Amino acid sequence: MIGVTLLTGFLGSGKTTLLQRLLTDPAMANAAVLINEFGEVGLDHHLLDRIDDNVVLMKSGCICCTVRGEVADALMNLNSLRTRGEIDFDRVVIETTGLADPYPVLQTLRAHPVLRSHFENAGVLTTVDAVNAARQVEHRAEAVRQIAAADRLVLTKTDLAQDEDVSALRSTLARINPAAPVVTGADDTNTIIARLDPALPPVPDTQDVETHHHHHHDVNEDLGVVTFSLTIEESVDWTDFGIWLTLLLHRYGDRIFRFKGILAIAGEDRPVAVHGVQHLVHAPAHMTHWPNGPRVSRAVFILEGIEPERIRRSFYAFMGLKDTKAVA
Amino acid sequence: MCSLCGILGCDDHWTHSVDRPGVFTRNTDRHSRRTEGARRVAAANRVLSFRRIKLAEWQGTSFVVSNATGASSVFESFSHLWPEAEALAGREIDPLDDAVIDWVKEQ
Repeated sequence: MIGVTLLTGFLGSGKTTLLQRLLTDPAMANAAVLINEFGEVGLDHHLLDRIDDNVVLMKSGCICCTVRGEVADALMNLNSLRTRGEIDFDRVVIETTGLADPYPVLQTLRAHPVLRSHFENAGVLTTVDAVNAARQVEHRAEAVRQIAAADRLVLTKTDLAQDEDVSALRSTLARINPAAPVVTGADDTNTIIARLDPALPPVPDTQDVETHHHHHHDVNEDLGVVTFSLTIEESVDWTDFGIWLTLLLHRYGDRIFRFKGILAIAGEDRPVAVHGVQHLVHAPAHMTHWPNGPRVSRAVFILEGIEPERIRRSFYAFMGLKDTKAVA
Repeated sequence: MCSLCGILGCDDHWTHSVDRPGVFTRNTDRHSRRTEGARRVAAANRVLSFRRIKLAEWQGTSFVVSNATGASSVFESFSHLWPEAEALAGREIDPLDDAVIDWVKEQ
């Protein structure tokens, strides 16, 4: 399986600059890169000067609405060339347009009957511009969605921003997506490339568990985003959980930017990690061992416009668990 | 084939993933696949009964939802369960609705 990294980030947040730097690292020498031309001038394309023959330029503009099929076609084409031995690559990086929501591309990878046998999601890397991001997250829902969907965040232009602005931004990022590790664009490429590895376990932040209440949520009214975590001491029935989450995402997937959970499944010794973006759920990972800390189920939801208390009540009812705790 | 979009081979629902290293699934052998399939149908029916909809598995390959008047709909991918059930019921099924939560608790 070839890992596909989605490089996303708001307009002008430094995606291409980052990509350009990463591509000069030997570890990325065998990466195939798909970039999305936005508008009539394929500006991003002209800025990329080290892309060899492995670039397929997608020409239809915004990735969200039109090029899902093109993403699939481009990946199919790469796969054919590789199978025929005409090119070789060990990972793929797709750079989206600044306004793109990562979900449709992830969905393409997950659902396409051929692609899903050859490519796997290696994570969403979102660039965040240290100078402008604070304003963007207040005014642009896409910026919040991109941060919420990220597996890793790269802070760019930190050299142009004041230190206090950078630390304020870091705390904003932690409120929107507490589980995503943050590196800066100024870090050496090895550090950033290490973050591209799919081995990073998709689990919620485990450090806070002991100090967290059973149900905790941070309402960021200024951002319109709620980060809500749930800790469940009882083991969870896998079948009931599947029914519940499937129905919840069917109804509310548009408003659930991100969820991650590590679950103690009834009848299983090892935990199961479940994570997804909007309507999409990745194949659940059977983890080899429990992370440090208590062996209880934990889930984190990043939501917009849904009361966490309703999710908590629904979860307990569908799981057939006794609901005794109130939201902290 | 997907009954909604026509894509071939689409039923790799996350709750019942194809067995492969590192992935949690009960879709491992014939016995556990059928056992989990039956459990899935029973669990879904506890919720669907709120709208008087019934789900049944057909030959381990497809699903059938039907309503109290006998209307039914066949689909192959589990991911289509809720859209198909809501279409048949003519109303939504909202897991955060108090009435649904109370119903599920009583089942």
